Amino acid sequence: MMRHLISAADLTRDDAVLILDTAEEMARVADRPIKKLPTLRGRTVVNLFFEDSTRTRISFEAAEKRLSADVINFTAKGSSVSKGESLKDTAQTLEAMGVDAVVIRHGASGAPYTLANSGWIDAAVINAGDGTHQHPTQALLDAFTMRRRLVGRDAGLGQDLAGKRVTVVGDILHSRVARSNVDLLHTLGADVTLVAPPTLVPVGVEHWPCEVSYDLDRVLPKSDAVMMLRVQRERMNAAFFPTEREYSRRYGLDGERMARMPEHAIVMHPGPMVRGMEITAEVADSDRCTVVEQVANGVSIRMAVLYLLLGGNEPAVTHTRPATERPAHTAFPDEEK
Amino acid sequence: MDTHDSDVARPVLEGPDIARVLTRIAHEIVERAKGADDVVLLGIPTRGVFLAQRLAAKLEEITGRKIPVGSLDITMYRDDLRMHPPRALARTEIPGDGIDGRLVVLVDDVLFSGRTIRAALDALNDIGRPRAVQLAVLVDRGHRELPIRADYVGKNLPTSLRETVKVQLAEEDGRDAVLLGAKPTAPAGER
Repeated sequence: MMRHLISAADLTRDDAVLILDTAEEMARVADRPIKKLPTLRGRTVVNLFFEDSTRTRISFEAAEKRLSADVINFTAKGSSVSKGESLKDTAQTLEAMGVDAVVIRHGASGAPYTLANSGWIDAAVINAGDGTHQHPTQALLDAFTMRRRLVGRDAGLGQDLAGKRVTVVGDILHSRVARSNVDLLHTLGADVTLVAPPTLVPVGVEHWPCEVSYDLDRVLPKSDAVMMLRVQRERMNAAFFPTEREYSRRYGLDGERMARMPEHAIVMHPGPMVRGMEITAEVADSDRCTVVEQVANGVSIRMAVLYLLLGGNEPAVTHTRPATERPAHTAFPDEEK
Repeated sequence: MDTHDSDVARPVLEGPDIARVLTRIAHEIVERAKGADDVVLLGIPTRGVFLAQRLAAKLEEITGRKIPVGSLDITMYRDDLRMHPPRALARTEIPGDGIDGRLVVLVDDVLFSGRTIRAALDALNDIGRPRAVQLAVLVDRGHRELPIRADYVGKNLPTSLRETVKVQLAEEDGRDAVLLGAKPTAPAGER
């Protein structure tokens, strides 16, 4: 049985709903005077961050500490990685220290998969974002936020997102958040529409379980949730659109556009936001925008994932795919194997 | 909760017996707590919660006051977490005024090894500081593994480890009964 969380596509509907339900109970710990559970006492979790991140790393760290795990933070800067150490050697160092789980963020798509399936370590591997591939806990916290807002906190227990219409807008090409969300939302029964300039839509998108549109104004009135993505300039080595002003006029969300959304619809953003680019301050600060909520929900979701993967003698989350089979979309070179 | 339903399960308590037992426990709580002014009932999921709600209703009848009732999930505090796959969590619902300085009565269906109650005491520790903690159970089947005893017992039921005790409540199972059965295999698992 697999005991890692590498891709949102690996989760079955029942697994995903179990994680969301567990997170709902974990969220209640945040309301207590002592925000701590003894569940992972004596387990060691390493946060292995090869790429910059504030909210994801802090969120994982908060989740690990609330479950009483021992936390080791590792960032590539200032470590032996900057001296040229390979992922394999880093992994074997961690293994020698007796680590129970590795939370990994890496710039290379597929690095967490390699780590989980290489035999270098026994620890559970949780993907905290790899290149332009996957960011499963982000998709889970987004689904959690949608279920809470669109179905209800208590009414949502045991429920999926069947029939909800979710629009993801922006830099789909470079976005692991979009990929993870498409996979998970499809599993949960939601209908996803991607909206982006044609240059920011990835090749092969016609095989994804979603619709694609180039016209934001047509899609907005038919959306229950609109997720705005940041334009990832750091991953762009070509001109994908003429000017930022043109991008933000056609694909940015301002107050006027928000007013065209159904009354109950919410605006989401995985952060960090670039105000004035994909989202105006008016929208970002409105109470329909769930950015801050998503951060709080992220801690609950990560607590749930850690508990379900590490809390017992075997994980409660099963995977549909056998561990030996390599999926086509994680194409990457075999590293020093 | 021994979940292995045996085909030779024999009812030890039926619906009316359970109602009478709960009425008696409610009176005992009022007597021991001198009016139950500061009582908070916390049921341990799943069936303890329903028992706590029924007890609260009886206490309200007796005292004429609203009795705070909630639930306390002990899953994350279990000492056998590492021996099973992770269990789904149940709801912890602490009444609005909290438990600080109150008399907390924990309510569960079956008292067996005592490990559930130990976990519940640990969980309470993270929620507040009650004036005192007491324990009410519908059935005490013996075989304690920890120095824990109940303050209010519906029925003492001497059992062998080969036997199973199953509590059924209308809210969950459609009928009220306590069933004593025989387990064909190994001794009953830990609670």
